[in-house]
Amino acid sequence: MNIHEYQAKEILKAYGVNVPRGCVVKSARQAEKAYQKFACDCVLKAQVYTGGRGKAGGIKTVRDATQTCDTAKELFKKKLVTGQTGVRGLPIKRLLVEEIIDVEKEYYLSFTLDRRSSRYCLIASTAGGMDIEEVARTAPEKIITLIIDSFLGIKPYHARRVCAALSLQGKLIDEGIKLIQSLYKILLEKDCSLLEINPLAVTKDGRLLAMDCKINFDDNALFRHPEYKKMIDLSQFDPLEIEARKFDLAYIKLDGNIGCMVNGAGLAMATLDILKEHGAEPANFLDVGGGASREKVAAAFRIILSDKKVRGIFVNIFGGIMRCDVIAHGIIDATKNITPHIPIVVRMDGSNLDEGIKLLAQSGLNVETVDNLKAGVQQIVRLMNKKK
Amino acid sequence: MAILIDRKSKIIVQGITGKSGLLHAEQCRAYGSNIVGGVTPGRGGSLIEGFPVFDSVSEAVKKTGATVSMILVPAPWAADAILEAAEADIELTVCITEGIPVRDMVMVKRYLQDSKMRLVGPNCPGVITPGECEVGIMPGSIHKKGNIGVVSRSGTLTYEAVKQLTDAGLGQSTCVGIGGDPIIGMDFIDVLKLFAQDIDTKGIFIIGEIGGEAEELAALWITENLKKPVAAFIAGRTAPPGKRMGHAGAIISGGKGLAGDKIRVLEECGIVVARSPVKIPEAMQAALNKN
Repeated sequence: MNIHEYQAKEILKAYGVNVPRGCVVKSARQAEKAYQKFACDCVLKAQVYTGGRGKAGGIKTVRDATQTCDTAKELFKKKLVTGQTGVRGLPIKRLLVEEIIDVEKEYYLSFTLDRRSSRYCLIASTAGGMDIEEVARTAPEKIITLIIDSFLGIKPYHARRVCAALSLQGKLIDEGIKLIQSLYKILLEKDCSLLEINPLAVTKDGRLLAMDCKINFDDNALFRHPEYKKMIDLSQFDPLEIEARKFDLAYIKLDGNIGCMVNGAGLAMATLDILKEHGAEPANFLDVGGGASREKVAAAFRIILSDKKVRGIFVNIFGGIMRCDVIAHGIIDATKNITPHIPIVVRMDGSNLDEGIKLLAQSGLNVETVDNLKAGVQQIVRLMNKKK
Repeated sequence: MAILIDRKSKIIVQGITGKSGLLHAEQCRAYGSNIVGGVTPGRGGSLIEGFPVFDSVSEAVKKTGATVSMILVPAPWAADAILEAAEADIELTVCITEGIPVRDMVMVKRYLQDSKMRLVGPNCPGVITPGECEVGIMPGSIHKKGNIGVVSRSGTLTYEAVKQLTDAGLGQSTCVGIGGDPIIGMDFIDVLKLFAQDIDTKGIFIIGEIGGEAEELAALWITENLKKPVAAFIAGRTAPPGKRMGHAGAIISGGKGLAGDKIRVLEECGIVVARSPVKIPEAMQAALNKN
C-alpha cells in the first residue's frame, strides 16, 4: 500500500526524525496561506502515488505569495504523467508546501526486503537525490548494503559502519546512528515494505534532514493497522479499482478491451500473456481468489462489465477450492439486471464443472463455454474480430 | 520414491477445526493421504469427522508419530503455527495460508536457519505425489503417476500445467507448489536438489513468474549441477511494472524481475522455455528429447 510523502513525513516526525517545515494543502488559497506562514522561499510538491515527480513537473519552487497561488492553481489542474503512471496519469489533489532548505550534501538511505536472503536490508549511498536503480547501474561502488539479522536488529556498531561509509563527521555520526535506529523501528512497527529517504540532507547549519520520504506498507499486515485505511487517497485510483478494493479483489486496470476474470494470480498473468500472444489486448488483470463467494464473483463480473472499454469478456477458471457452479451463479447474478451485448467466453475446468456448465446453459445468457485454455482464447479473439 | 511425501507419511493438520482446515483434511484423506489428526488449541481430546484433535503440535507428534504438518491457520496466527511445528520436530511443514505479513516471515525464516524442518509455502497449493499422497489443496484428479517433477510459484497455473502434462501422457513424480510470497521456505533450488536425487524423476518442469530472481538463480544452479532435462514457463510477460499482480511476490520493481530477463537467463542455461501457457507438454517433451 502506498502513502503520500506528507503522510510518511508525519510518521518520521512521530519517531523523532527531522523533516523540513511543511504543510499539506488542498487548494491554492491554502497554499498561499501556508507560504505566508513560513515567510520564506518554498517548494510545492504534488502528492501523487508515483516517483519521478520532479522531472514530470510536479515539484515547483515559489518565491512570493502570488506565485504560490498561481503555481498551485496550475498544479491542481494537472494530471501528472511519469514513467510509472502510464499515459492516463494521476490527478493532483493535494500539495505539500515546504520551506526551502540550504543543503550542504545529500545522501540516499532506505530499508527494504532483500528477497535473496529473506531479511530486511539497509541501502545507503553518497549519491543522494538520484534514482537508486540508476546509481546501481552507473556507480555501484557508491552503494553500501547492510543485511540485517532480525534476531539482532540494528546495533550501534552497524549504524556506525553505515555512517563511516557515508563519511559523516563529528556530531553528525551520533545523529546518523539515532536516525538509522529510528528508521528501523518504523520499518518494523509500521510493517513497511519500503522506507526510503531520498535525499537525506546535511544542512548548512549541520543537521540531518529527511528531504523526501517514500513509505510502502506491507498489504499482508494491514490487519494489524486498521488506521491505515483512512490514509488511502482514493483520487489516485481508477474508480473500478476502488470498487474492486471493496470486495478484496486483486484488480488492475489495463488499456485493452477484453475483460478478464481468472482465479489465481499465476493463471491470471498467464491468461493476459496468451491473449496478447493472439494479438488481443486485455482490459484488466483480475484474480477472484481461491475461495471466493458467489457475491464476490458477481462483484468481479460487474466491475468488468462496467468498464466502458470492454468489448468482450474471457473467463478462465481452474476450479480447485473454487467451484465452477459458484462461478456460474456469480456470472448469472451479475447479469440479472443488465444484459450484456458483448461476446462472453467461459473456460472452466475442475470442481463441479458439469453443474457450472448446466447453470450457464439454462440461464439463457449468451455465453459460450469451452473446456480448455487454448480453445477459449481462440474463441474470444474470433468473436471479437467478427464484431468489428 | 518421489520426494518429500509418500503413502507412508503421517500427517497432521494445524487448524483442522476451521472450515478450510477440515475440508482439505477430508479431501487429502479421500485421496489416500494418511491424516493422523489435527491441532486446534483448546479443542484437544475431541474428534472431528474421525480425526483426533490435539491442543498442541508436540502432543500430536507424541501421540501419533506425525512427521508432516499441513497448516491452514488464518494469516495472523500462521507464523506462530509454523514455529510451533518446528519446535515439535516436525520434518516437513506445508503452509497453505495466504497473506502472512512479511515481518512475521522474516522472523520465521531466521528461526528455520537453525532448524531441521523443511517448510513449503506459505501461500501455496501444497505438495502431491500422485497416486500416493496429497498434502495440499490441489484437485487430486488431474494428476497422474509418472516421471516429471513439477515445481511452481503458482497455484491454479500449476493445475493448468499439470492437466496439460497429464493429458499429453506425461505423469508426475511429485508436484511442489513453493508459493507466491516474497519470503518462502523451500525455494526452486531446494526442491531441484531433491528431484536431482530422485530416481523416479526423469524430467523437471518449472513454473515461475515475474518478481525477484529465484528463477535466474535456479537456472544458474541447474547448469552447474543438474543432469536431468528441464523445461519451464514464466508467467507475466505482459505485466505492467510497479503493480502487484495478485501475488505479493509478483511485482516488477526498479526494472528487476522482468519475465523477459528470466526467460533469457533460463534459455542461456539450456532450459527449454514454453513461450505460451498452452504449450507446456510440448516444451517438456522437447527437453526430454534433447537429452
